[in-house]
Amino acid sequence: MVPIGHYIFLSVALLAIGIVGVVTRRNVIIILMSIELILNAVNINLVAFSRLVGSVEGQIFAIFIITDAAAEAAVGLGIIIAFFRNRETVLADEMDILKW
Amino acid sequence: MPSEFFLASIWLIPLFPLAGAATMLLIGRRLSNKAVSWVGVGSVGLSVLFAFGAIMQLIARAPAARIVEIVLFDWVPAGVMHTIPGRVVNFNAQWGMLLDPLSAVMIGVVTGVGFLIHVYSTGYMAHEGGYYRFFGYLNLFMFSMLVLVLANNLLLLFVGWEGVGLCSYLLIGFYFLRKSASDAGKKAFVVNRIGDAGFILGLFLLLNAIGTLRFTEIGPAIEAGGFAVGNGVMTAIALLLFVGATGKSAQIPLYVWLPDAMEGPTPVSALIHAATMVTAGVYMITRMNVVFQFAPIALGAVATIGAVTAIYAASMGLVQNDIKRVLAYSTISQLGYMFLALGVGAFTAGIFHLMTHAFFKALLFLGSGSVIHALSGEQDMRKMGALWGKIPITAKTFMVATIAISGIPPLAGFVSKDAILAASFNARPLLWGIGFVTAGMTAFYMFRLVFLTFFGESRVPPDVEHHIHESPRSMTWPLIILAILSVVGGWIGWPESLGGSDHFARFLDPVIARHAEVIAAVPEATQHATDYELMAVSVAVGLISIFLAWLFYLRRTSVPGTLAEKSGGLYRLLYNKYYVDQIYDAMFVNRTKDLGTTLGAFDVGIIDGLGVNGAGWVTRATSNVSMFWDKWIIDGLLNLTARIVWIFSYPVRMIQSGRVSNYALLIVLGVLLFLGYYLRVTGVTLHNMLR
Repeated sequence: MVPIGHYIFLSVALLAIGIVGVVTRRNVIIILMSIELILNAVNINLVAFSRLVGSVEGQIFAIFIITDAAAEAAVGLGIIIAFFRNRETVLADEMDILKW
Repeated sequence: MPSEFFLASIWLIPLFPLAGAATMLLIGRRLSNKAVSWVGVGSVGLSVLFAFGAIMQLIARAPAARIVEIVLFDWVPAGVMHTIPGRVVNFNAQWGMLLDPLSAVMIGVVTGVGFLIHVYSTGYMAHEGGYYRFFGYLNLFMFSMLVLVLANNLLLLFVGWEGVGLCSYLLIGFYFLRKSASDAGKKAFVVNRIGDAGFILGLFLLLNAIGTLRFTEIGPAIEAGGFAVGNGVMTAIALLLFVGATGKSAQIPLYVWLPDAMEGPTPVSALIHAATMVTAGVYMITRMNVVFQFAPIALGAVATIGAVTAIYAASMGLVQNDIKRVLAYSTISQLGYMFLALGVGAFTAGIFHLMTHAFFKALLFLGSGSVIHALSGEQDMRKMGALWGKIPITAKTFMVATIAISGIPPLAGFVSKDAILAASFNARPLLWGIGFVTAGMTAFYMFRLVFLTFFGESRVPPDVEHHIHESPRSMTWPLIILAILSVVGGWIGWPESLGGSDHFARFLDPVIARHAEVIAAVPEATQHATDYELMAVSVAVGLISIFLAWLFYLRRTSVPGTLAEKSGGLYRLLYNKYYVDQIYDAMFVNRTKDLGTTLGAFDVGIIDGLGVNGAGWVTRATSNVSMFWDKWIIDGLLNLTARIVWIFSYPVRMIQSGRVSNYALLIVLGVLLFLGYYLRVTGVTLHNMLR
């Protein structure tokens, strides 16, 4: 059996990659994809501990998160398309009107 | 109809022309010329009816009862005042009408001659623009003149006095597009104003002295005030009133406006500047004869000014070439006669001459208007001549008037002029001499005018020549009626020495005060023998002058030119009217303009410069200080507060960049912060968390 530490390491690695992606990349599509990575890091964590503890609640939670991620992706892409139609760009550093 | 209906209605007499004037000046523009004629002539016609009705009913009364006073309302109820002698009186000027023999004569002349001239004007003005305006002004003049002669107090008389002055101004300037006409109107108005200043000062002084201006009360009030004959106050009043009369009646030194007034339409010259308005001064002095009889010095001044004006104006009339200007100087000269009469105490003779002069001078002016009409507007006698057969009615009536003014018996001018000369011969022989010479000059210049205009060779330009036509009947009928009056008008005052009974003088007599000392100064009836001699010489000088005029202007037409050349300076002096206009310009007009320029400079420099602009500068300076305070202190404090807040808000402002990436980074940092805090507080480490 794979020790829990490996799962956690994978999860932390994914989380770190996702966070760095969200913070550093300029393309909003990439940022959206990085968010997916963060969500999946959480999923791995939940499933791993579910198995370690011997309860299914963690796996149920993971399924919810997948559903949620799908919805989030749909909404997120819709916002991006609407934004692109207005400003002709998908670069995050040009999204500078979020202060009013 | 009550037996004295017209006497009770005298207040209506001025109101008819006023209604006519109001109609014309308010809606006249929309009326046809025919309607204007009917209203304008008709309103004066009603005045004639009422005036002559009233005169008849006045004559029907006993001589002592010939006075009617109708007070319409209280006009200036000024209240209690103190007079110079210390009496306390209650002054109240009324709007009242007084009809006595004097004002009866005046309304007769004014409405009668005025009516004829209105009729004449319908023909003369038929082709002129502003027809309704002309009749509006003419009716307004009739109103003012009738108020003047019917007023029962001096203040109301002054209203009419100013009213006729205004109408004179409006009518002289009737052709206001012509600069000379509007200038002449202004000149008349300003010169009259100088006289009016004297008039109103005299009026105030009289009020101050006796406390009443009502004609019926003036005599008793002077008696009650205890003024002696020759009293200084009465002399001053009389002289000031006479200054007013010199302005209105064109006497030296204020005569200069009358010759220029000939710029107005000819009917206006006839009505206002010959027959009626200019005689207002004569009427006023006669009306105030009580005051003048208390001031022998003033009477002397009146007589002297009158005589000097008579000969002075006549001398200028000798050489004028404009037909109307000859008549204008003749008018001034004849007015001088009237003042001579007043000055020697012969008030009735003055008024008598006023009346006869109104007839023949109106006729002369209307006749000259008819000549001018026939010659398409020509006024220069050098371009006339031989008109006798071409315009027969005008020529014959004109001849009648000329004989009348020349003093040939039995026409009107002979009777009235002779009355004046007889009176002055007794009182002041020197002035009689002047009047006598003037009579000769009058005959000379009038016949010179007639010979140049109607006889001799025609000097009319050919293109005008075949347009010559007799005037329409509306113009010739007034001429004929006035010609008849010029013949018979004098007969009502036919002197006793020639078998008459001088009804006129006896009719007027109640109006003239008889102060004992004045009667002593002015001898009564002349001896008949002297009378005959005076008449003989004055008729003789008239006939000799006529012969001279005939000789100079029909037989030896080279004589006048030779005379003019030989006399040189004298002729030029007369022709240029003694240069009085130039002297007045240099002495008064230009000095007044200089004063205006100086005052204008003072206005611009001191009032505008120092006063207005200075005040503006001070205001600006103080507002600059105020602005400095406002801008730097008040606003500065406000801005300082804002600046401080701005500085301290800098870090907060930097966080809210509006960029999605920054927000994301902040979220991550925030999560890490909370995580670190959580780990530190709970003491959980990564190591024991994984254990």
